[in-house]
Amino acid sequence: MEIIVPLIVVLFIVIGIVKKVGVFDAFLTGAKEGLCTAYMIAPTLVGLITAVTMLRSSGAVDMLTELVTPLAEKLGFPAEIVPVAVLRPVSGGGSTALLIGIFEKFGPDSFAGKVVSVMAGSTETTFYAIAVYYGSVGIKKTRHTLFSGLCADFTAVVFSVLTVRLFMR
Amino acid sequence: MMNYIWAGMIVLSLAAGVLTGNTKAVSEALMTGATEAVELLLGILGIMCFWSGIMEIGKRAHITDGLAKVFAPVLRLLFPHLPRNSEAMRYISLNVSANLLGLGNAATPFGIEAMKELQKINPIRDRASDSQVMFVLINTASLQLLPTTLCAYRASYGSENPYIIIPCVWLTSVAALIVGISIARILCTGRNKDSQEVGAWR
Repeated sequence: MEIIVPLIVVLFIVIGIVKKVGVFDAFLTGAKEGLCTAYMIAPTLVGLITAVTMLRSSGAVDMLTELVTPLAEKLGFPAEIVPVAVLRPVSGGGSTALLIGIFEKFGPDSFAGKVVSVMAGSTETTFYAIAVYYGSVGIKKTRHTLFSGLCADFTAVVFSVLTVRLFMR
Repeated sequence: MMNYIWAGMIVLSLAAGVLTGNTKAVSEALMTGATEAVELLLGILGIMCFWSGIMEIGKRAHITDGLAKVFAPVLRLLFPHLPRNSEAMRYISLNVSANLLGLGNAATPFGIEAMKELQKINPIRDRASDSQVMFVLINTASLQLLPTTLCAYRASYGSENPYIIIPCVWLTSVAALIVGISIARILCTGRNKDSQEVGAWR
């Protein structure tokens, strides 16, 4: 598996040479563009990540978790996974930390461990994708992106419990 | 939309901080959060530069055309208003294939190029076009075929079979993607029936 990344790079360069592309010149032009893109997304990232960090440290996520837990338990969701589900769309690092916490406490092969594994494997950090991609072209009106993305995340939460229930018991 | 969400998050965190007595943590988070964002950016800066460079080689050598052909049937369904041979289509194909292979670091610069191409045909510069919404949505879902990092975590915490969750991951990803795409489709046709991109291309 580790060979894939360097292989792709080598493949691109070799094909470039064969097709008589000035590979290093092309590389420099592209790399410069990459630098400009990073400059474009910096403000969005600083704004959103600061807000997310503040939200996490304020205890608001824990409050929301407490609020949702009784309902989740009634619907057959293990209470342990609720914080991961809440944090997953907002913070990749934060939800990974919680995931590892569950692995340590219950084990990766426990019901909760399997459910959070499926959840983590089938979703991305929705906020981050929105910040990076819209930030890079300066779009402020994101229309229904966030709503659709959160609906997809919610579907993933439901399906991670369902699929583990159905196929891995 | 983002204005209210961002403001809401910050106001809510102060309110929750006061309620739970975490005000000190909130004020610390304000400082560390900003630093964290820059550190994250610095962490991906080199890789982003590098892949953008490699991508430019791919573009000049016409490697991207081939990949675009492979994904064309599916992508045409998702982006009905994009011309088949557009640059945007090529970058979207690159982004999707990098995502499928789990090369997140490569997928992001490809995706940003795709957004830039889509922005060229976006009539309202600060408002996302239907195609841009669809594209970002695909990237908020996980398309990765083998979640290697996740399986590595599972293995390191003593899982007997770290890979056993993969079929469930696939099912769940597909379900989430279908729901996300369907909702986006319903919402975009409801509000502006004819995508403005069609007008831009004619």
